[in-house]
Amino acid sequence: MPMEQQGEHIVRSYDEQLRKVRDMLARMGGLAERQVNDATVALTRRDASLAAEVISRDAALDQLEREIETFCIRLLALRQPMASDLRFIVAAMKVAHDLERIGDYARNAAKRSIIVTQQPTLGSLNGFLRMARLVQENLKAAIDALVNDDAVAAERVWGNDEPVDDVYNGIFREMLTFMMEDPRNITAATHLLFIAKNLERIGDHATNIAETVHYAVRGDSLPDDRPKADSSAYAVVRPPE
Amino acid sequence: MSTTSESAMNDAAPPATQSFGGMQARSEAVINTTSRISVRNLDFFYGANKALKAINLELPDRQVTGMIGPSGCGKSTLLRVLNRMYSLYPGQRAEGEVMMDGRNMIAAEVDLNELRSKVGMVFQKPTPFPMTIYENIAFGIRLHEKLSKSEMDDRIEWALTRAAIWGEVKDRLQSSAMGLSGGQQQRLCIARTIAVRPEVILFDEPTSALDPISTLKIEELIDELKRDFTICIVTHNMQQAARCADQVAFFYLGELVEVAPASQLFTAPREKRTQEYITGRFG
Repeated sequence: MPMEQQGEHIVRSYDEQLRKVRDMLARMGGLAERQVNDATVALTRRDASLAAEVISRDAALDQLEREIETFCIRLLALRQPMASDLRFIVAAMKVAHDLERIGDYARNAAKRSIIVTQQPTLGSLNGFLRMARLVQENLKAAIDALVNDDAVAAERVWGNDEPVDDVYNGIFREMLTFMMEDPRNITAATHLLFIAKNLERIGDHATNIAETVHYAVRGDSLPDDRPKADSSAYAVVRPPE
Repeated sequence: MSTTSESAMNDAAPPATQSFGGMQARSEAVINTTSRISVRNLDFFYGANKALKAINLELPDRQVTGMIGPSGCGKSTLLRVLNRMYSLYPGQRAEGEVMMDGRNMIAAEVDLNELRSKVGMVFQKPTPFPMTIYENIAFGIRLHEKLSKSEMDDRIEWALTRAAIWGEVKDRLQSSAMGLSGGQQQRLCIARTIAVRPEVILFDEPTSALDPISTLKIEELIDELKRDFTICIVTHNMQQAARCADQVAFFYLGELVEVAPASQLFTAPREKRTQEYITGRFG
């Protein structure tokens, strides 16, 4: 049952506390989006100082995750929430964890982009821009779905990860080619590969958030088999059938 | 007793399958499909006031059915219909069927004593008789059966053991039951109820007068008793319903709004009114 149709709780402070969780999540979501965005900009503009900012800002995400978790645990103990409230509070803890992981991936991408700035340029990085844009769109949509209790939007995000995987596969092959061309490219290409993987993982966490939002709002879960297209594991050698 | 031999059937309940995010919110316990009591199209009147409206509810055999709802919603009324408590009061009447073993138990031709021996009840406040602990249990048995002294001793030990109080009272069976603590008195009342070997036990807010530890002991006991008895419990404590019950029925203004496996009802109820009540939003 969508939460937006519901009235207020008899205990007003409970509503305030739930609103506070929602606000904290929105803040954390905004920060995570910014981290992903800045990490990508730092990479494509070869801006080591922006990358350093991303790295230092990650602590704020970690701190927010702890705050949300502590507050939710307190709510569980104090209110013994049921039904949609229970689902929302558990979802908040899960989403906070996803956002914290997203922050870790952004920080790792930023760290690697500092090394990449010291290496010769490899290709155009257009694939990275495209992938980052797709991931950021999904992340933003997932966070908006969370804040607005929008299960339909969440479902859209959930089904929208395939293009990210496609671009990732393209980058994977491109980097392999650079490495084969000239072994001096290996350092930069390897770091770029990891950055691409970080972005791809961020996309996965965005779909996790979408799944969680769907559960929180509707009370049932999306099917297990999400559309996926990451085939990089088999790019060089196919495992025996 | 007649139902013990079948109790193994219930032990096969699968382990908890609920995992947030990966699966539907669904019952941990598979609701037994055999009904012990079928309530069909039941209306109940306090004089001109219709307190229950067309209730249809199945009480699954050897499972716990929890009944929740705000005060005056009809849940206690339904419990009182199930063993015809209302027949003591003029002006109160029930229409419809409460089917048990193929018979309508609220029909006038069904013997009240027979019904009460099949459907026992435990009340909100412990109601020990001002007698010895032993006599409290023996009293009810003598109404229904003639037992020899040794049979009676055995039955009393059995009932007190099943009610998880034997260890605490076995050395003071001849002391007054009034000297027991509230939690012990309530377990004594449960022992008195099961001593006549009913098939169904009705609990009307059995722990609302008890401290938290005694409450947990009663809950543990209910969990134990459901292997042999079909249980119906009215409670204002939703967490208690969530802990004890296999299926939960939500009543509002004399209507049965929703009945569902406990874990579904408390995590993802279907009806808006249920949702609003259990999340504390009721106006």
